[in-house]
Amino acid sequence: MAERPKTAGGRKAKAIHLFLFRSAGGLGLVMVLAAVFGSVFAPLLTPHDAITLSPPDRLQGPSAEHWLGTDQLGRDTFTRILHGGRVSLAVAGASVAVALLIGGALGVLAGYYRGWLDVLIMRTTDVLLSFPAILLAIALIAFLGAGFWNLVLAIGVVYIGPFARVARAAVLTVREELYVEAAKALGGRDARIVFLAVLPSAAAPLIIEVSLRLAYAILYEASLSFLGLGTQPPTPSWGMMVADARRYLALAPWATIAPGLAIMVVVLGFNLLGDGLRDALDPRLKTR
Amino acid sequence: MIIFLSRRLLMTIPTLFGVALIVFLLMRAIPGDVVTQLIGVGEDVSPERMDELRRIFGLDLPVHVQFWQWLTAALQGDLGSSLRTGRSIATDLMLRFPATLQLSAMSLGIALMLALPIGIVAARYRGRWPDYLGSAFVLIGLSVPGFFLGILLILLFSLRLGWLPPAGFVPLFEDPLESTRRMLLPSLSLGLILAAATTRIMRSAMLEVMERDFVRTARAKGLAERVVTMRHALRNALIPVVTVVGLQFGSLLGGTVIIEQVFSIPGVGRFALEGINLRDYPVVQGAVLLISAAFVFVNLLVDVLYALIDPRVRYG
Repeated sequence: MAERPKTAGGRKAKAIHLFLFRSAGGLGLVMVLAAVFGSVFAPLLTPHDAITLSPPDRLQGPSAEHWLGTDQLGRDTFTRILHGGRVSLAVAGASVAVALLIGGALGVLAGYYRGWLDVLIMRTTDVLLSFPAILLAIALIAFLGAGFWNLVLAIGVVYIGPFARVARAAVLTVREELYVEAAKALGGRDARIVFLAVLPSAAAPLIIEVSLRLAYAILYEASLSFLGLGTQPPTPSWGMMVADARRYLALAPWATIAPGLAIMVVVLGFNLLGDGLRDALDPRLKTR
Repeated sequence: MIIFLSRRLLMTIPTLFGVALIVFLLMRAIPGDVVTQLIGVGEDVSPERMDELRRIFGLDLPVHVQFWQWLTAALQGDLGSSLRTGRSIATDLMLRFPATLQLSAMSLGIALMLALPIGIVAARYRGRWPDYLGSAFVLIGLSVPGFFLGILLILLFSLRLGWLPPAGFVPLFEDPLESTRRMLLPSLSLGLILAAATTRIMRSAMLEVMERDFVRTARAKGLAERVVTMRHALRNALIPVVTVVGLQFGSLLGGTVIIEQVFSIPGVGRFALEGINLRDYPVVQGAVLLISAAFVFVNLLVDVLYALIDPRVRYG
């Protein structure tokens, strides 16, 4: 191993190197990018349609025409997986973004101002965290009704607590630092101090948290749509594809296994990405 | 210990209160209210009749009064009755709770039986092939959706090999052997996933403890490596593991909702899902309250266990 880099640039280069080659983070990044690419360019990548039924072709095995076979209504499974990825990734991305904004803001407020505000915010997130996460999401959908934004809300609410905790912890570690004190002494406004001095140091743990939470968000979206609580047909989603094809498991296992594997690969990608980022950005937390 | 216990018990009250408040407020998130949902679209019901129904459900009272009435009733074990069947929800929940409890307990057992040995071996052979195998197990376990794992197990053990039934439930006290046999695949689906998370923490806890001074002392005394691992390191490594298992128990309880659906097990989770499909809101409310309260209780239990294992906690 080369000697310890002394410049900030050298440290950054080392972190990137660590992430890409010394951990499986690079592999995770490739998997995630492939999934994003596949769902964004879904219509260009296959000649089939995700929604049009074709009963004569139902429940076929993999072939040159249908790479992953067809489902119980004769639709091409590969095409539907690509299109289903749009829903999964969009819901996961939006819900984590919502949670990051709300949870992050609450955590920064709690950590920066302390006092009764801190107590109030943290007790509230404690209550949210004392629900089994997926149950809270199921219950919210049950009462709000299904639909894209309700899905985003249901999964996002679950993550507000974790993001608030990570942000608060990060703020607590820097708020006593001299440079924050200096910024205060210079008469900087709170908002300015938070954005320029406090947030940059909270970025690393939050980025790691985002990546790992995306993995769970995909799992939750898939579980909800498996239960029929996700986006409604005919828009395909992975969980729903598994639930629908499941009745024909003995006849055509491919139609069930393929979308299930799609979920697994993307979740694994985000997990590897998150672990890799953690090892590279935060050596203290490195899983030995 | 008594002081610790009573303080911890007192802390549970506001949490439970918050949980109950959120569960109660869920009912308010319905578009319209229960009466409009109950009547449905297109049916001709006079506004007077709707007001009468609202009075029957107590919906004409101020919200905080409704919450108080609901809460005091719930504390006395009255969760109202189903909008569809008119049956007492608390009674139905008690009928379905044993299946969920059995599923959770068996899953937890499977998870611990796998996670502790795998985590210990991975830590001892750190950086060698048993460790890599362990890591692969962890990563796959953390990435597979429970329902998909369940379906794969059905495909392999029921449809291909024909060893185990793909669904169905027999009460434990009716036929313990058959009951366990039928519960095996569902518990594996949940247990393997819980095992993955637990293995990860077991491994890193072992690694951390193995570097401590008292382990070095034990080795220096000339104790066998096996004795050092099992007697000195393991006991201390178990402390963080207990916490994580407690926290993971929430995802286990949530997972039962999905797994009960996959394997047609008549538990609390399936009861909730049936309620969702029939728009039987009080049923959903009752089931969510029961499972969440169970989770709060488990966390309380974990803290007590924690204090028993590690005396330092009691005086914290």
